[in-house]
Amino acid sequence: MSRANRSVEELYGEAKGGRRLALGRLLTMVERGGVDAESIGELANPDVGKAHIVGITGAPGAGKSTLTGQLVALLTVAGRRPAVLAVDPSSPLTGGAILGDRIRMDDIGGGSSSSESAAGAGSARPETAFIRSMATRGHSGGLALAVPLAVRLFDAMGYDPVIIETVGVGQVEVDVVGAADTAVVVVTPGMGDAVQANKAGLLEVADVFVVNKADRPGANDVRRDLELMLDLSHVTGQEEVGGHRPPIVMSTALDGTGADSVWAAVEEHLLFLNDSGRRLDRRHHRIRTEIRALMEQALGRRIDDAMNSTMGIDLVAQVEDGSRSPTAASAQLLDRLLGPQ
Amino acid sequence: MSDQEAVTPHAPDADDPQYLAWRAAYEASKLRDVPFETMSGVPVEPVYGDGPYPGQYPYTRGVYPTMYRSRLWTMRMFAGFGTAEDTNARFHDILRNGGTGLSTAFDMPTLMGRDSDSPWSTGEVGRAGVAVDTLADMEDLYSGIDLGSVSTSMTINGPAAIVMAMYIAVGEKNGVSRAELAGTIQNDIFKEYQAQKEYIYPPRPSVRIVTDMIEFTSAEMPKWHPISISGYHIREAGSTAAQELAFTLANGFAYVEAAVAAGVDVDGFAGRLSFFFNSHIDFFEEIGKFRAARRIWARWMKERYGATSERSLLCRFHTQTAGVSLTAQQPENNIARVAIQALAGALGGTQSLHTDSYDEALALPTEKAARIALRTQQIVAHETGVTNVADPLGGSPYVEWMTDEMERQAEAIFAHLEDLGSGSLLEGVYAGIENGYFVGEIADAAYRFEREVNAGRRIIVGVNEFTDGDDPQRELLRIGAEVEDYQLKRLADVKQQRDGQAVAAALAAVTAAAADPTVNLMNPILDAVRVYATLEEVVRAMEVEFGTYVEKAII
Amino acid sequence: MTDQPPPLRIVLAKLGLDGHDRGLKVVARILRDAGMEVIYLGLRQTTDSIVAAAEQEDADAIGLSMHNAGHMTLGPNMVKALADADLPIPVIIGGIVPDEDVAPLLEAGVAAVLGPGASAEEVANTVRNAVSAAV
Repeated sequence: MSRANRSVEELYGEAKGGRRLALGRLLTMVERGGVDAESIGELANPDVGKAHIVGITGAPGAGKSTLTGQLVALLTVAGRRPAVLAVDPSSPLTGGAILGDRIRMDDIGGGSSSSESAAGAGSARPETAFIRSMATRGHSGGLALAVPLAVRLFDAMGYDPVIIETVGVGQVEVDVVGAADTAVVVVTPGMGDAVQANKAGLLEVADVFVVNKADRPGANDVRRDLELMLDLSHVTGQEEVGGHRPPIVMSTALDGTGADSVWAAVEEHLLFLNDSGRRLDRRHHRIRTEIRALMEQALGRRIDDAMNSTMGIDLVAQVEDGSRSPTAASAQLLDRLLGPQ
Repeated sequence: MSDQEAVTPHAPDADDPQYLAWRAAYEASKLRDVPFETMSGVPVEPVYGDGPYPGQYPYTRGVYPTMYRSRLWTMRMFAGFGTAEDTNARFHDILRNGGTGLSTAFDMPTLMGRDSDSPWSTGEVGRAGVAVDTLADMEDLYSGIDLGSVSTSMTINGPAAIVMAMYIAVGEKNGVSRAELAGTIQNDIFKEYQAQKEYIYPPRPSVRIVTDMIEFTSAEMPKWHPISISGYHIREAGSTAAQELAFTLANGFAYVEAAVAAGVDVDGFAGRLSFFFNSHIDFFEEIGKFRAARRIWARWMKERYGATSERSLLCRFHTQTAGVSLTAQQPENNIARVAIQALAGALGGTQSLHTDSYDEALALPTEKAARIALRTQQIVAHETGVTNVADPLGGSPYVEWMTDEMERQAEAIFAHLEDLGSGSLLEGVYAGIENGYFVGEIADAAYRFEREVNAGRRIIVGVNEFTDGDDPQRELLRIGAEVEDYQLKRLADVKQQRDGQAVAAALAAVTAAAADPTVNLMNPILDAVRVYATLEEVVRAMEVEFGTYVEKAII
Repeated sequence: MTDQPPPLRIVLAKLGLDGHDRGLKVVARILRDAGMEVIYLGLRQTTDSIVAAAEQEDADAIGLSMHNAGHMTLGPNMVKALADADLPIPVIIGGIVPDEDVAPLLEAGVAAVLGPGASAEEVANTVRNAVSAAV
């Protein structure tokens, strides 16, 4: 397939027909944003709405990728078609990134494996999973748009569930995971993880907690910390009305112990969402967030234009020489942009 | 000794009990029949400077009182390529040329526990070492060599138990009992996760295999070294000298903790642990590293692990010159690098030495290059006079400081690992493997070095400076595809001739033993190789229980 | 969305059993520092697994590291696997490759061969050039 000569529509059709490379290329367009991404959003729109969207987050080294790999292996065996979007930070200095999450998701998506089945050149493995690594590329706004659109695209292609794996350190990542149907927060013993998770705001978004590396000393302490924090948030009324208290699942991702319990908890949460009608609330929230992000992006572009316009440049100069205040300058530019408020 | 007067450096205090004890030990030892004098005829003492002297705790100055006056280091040259027959011919060549130990390199499929007919093996059979699929290959490999009189070293880790079983079986067939077999099997699985990446199973079951081998050899193979704890590969992967030292010794302590936990008495095996270090190009740093290794090992074994036998305290080690320091550009320059590194090994008190061939940055060594490498260490041993005096650099302020500094850095790393393992070094090493500590540290050090070379802050002669005069291509050893064809046919023949039912039964017994941690795996493995089960079949039989390992991406 | 060209996406892998990954890891950092996105597959990959990753990741190029004298078999196998998948992206081989093997590898469709001692700049430029030549 040559690189440049396919239209978005053609690629979308090929991807629908199961061509992985076409989907790979569409995801690249999604990441770049702009007109092509908008067309993809339009094309996918009639096909979306079926997938269970699962966010997995936690501190670096918590074992998210390994756990994700095991979940995907388990789902594939069960006949599901999972997709994974693995989000990693770009270097703020160079814009480059090393995306290494696929390694720990071995044995899936036609990925690497030390097992015989993957060894044979040409061995016919069913390609049921799709993994895509995405770098944050330094602009959180871009990520806030690209991730939901990529998820919609996977959904439209029939992948279910769609798993978003991200390092839970920045607000954007927390928002991304919080917008999933089910947010899984992975913590590990001995690193003050429960406290960190609380600080990062993950406690509010978590639907399922996983204490990974549960064979390590201190695993029960983390569990106790989490229980305490959940009790506390209950007392202070922060807990979501409707009464889903996030379960705490103990897991040892390295040998796969507990992956099935994690998935059982995720499914149970989905049942709760469906039964209580809260899945629609989540969807509503997700749509609001996405529209808002789109507006912010569009507005941001217009603000950039305004700043670079003759008027913008003049106003900056006036603030510089003291003849005008920053507040007055911004009000004047906004009036020009949006009409008087 | 008082500090106000200069002490004649060559005359240790004759009343010093330490000195007297050393002198007595020295005089009780058998010495080589060569003149211990300079080339100009000046007689020299066996040691200079202060105690503790060589052979005295903590052995900073050497593990034996006489060092090379009694016995030179073993000149052990690594060989292995093509078919078992090819390597066998090279072994005979080495023995004829005065080599005193055989060292075997296996090809990549063998190192990874794959047979030559595995799809993974395509293109790699016999390329970087010899291919061993079944006992039949091991029979060819050591054909015509009296296993009772040579010392053999086998560089293999993941499938070490199986290859050791094959070696025992070859001995049995030739009437040499396992108790007479002398040699070393590398079998250092920790450094595979940390650096060389030739693992098969996850760390814990792998360590169980290692402890089974320790237990088995302790009971039945008194001349066998069941592990060579190897810093070499850690260094080749890019670590600093201090990291090489610390990770290696920490791995050693971890094996000690594992074997003791499995119920083996520390003095029952610690004396047969040996080490394998890299000799890199920074001369004094390397010598400091070797000296610090002996001191740290002795102290920890005595103070922490309660070893009482002297042999348990001795850090005896093999050294190989740094393959990674060899350049593809102007490769003849590598002969000089290797000579300097070999000299550092000798001055650092190594027990055995492999010198790299100058053409190894390009391919496997040619016969001529391998001979020059052997000659290089023969020159160091026989012409330079450095073997006359034990620890000749001991007492040099720079060398003593460097020794202390290496030790200090290593102790800081041990403290970190102890933290990771809540007081246990074994658990600390497991944790460091799991959380990527080792690979991360090594990758950082490697990248730092590359950047320095790239920025021209470090000069590599012939690479980023003094680049004129690089000749175009020279003679290289190439392994043709016919080796793979030959090996595939050989394997097919063996599979056809063997007793398939006996193989299946033996493999089932291996799986059953793997499932029961109280059973030693060695005997079932021996039974399997005797009936010509292949290497990979035995690997798989254990894999059923143990699973496989995939490393975390730490870049 | 931005005026800058989007970063190149490069799949890096060790093909086959060889575990020498020092060079590959250094190259991963070099390319990251040159502003590229490196999809690091690491050890023990097959041509199939690399093709699958390249498709899903929409990679611009594949970098393989070889230290095991297997390059004359594995290099052309990789090129063929990509052709079979109708995936026209360049393959760059680094590691230990004797001079005399370079021409046959290029003839077999490998885009570039990086020898030991290549500087960071050479590495990044080789990748960039291979990608622009392939587009």
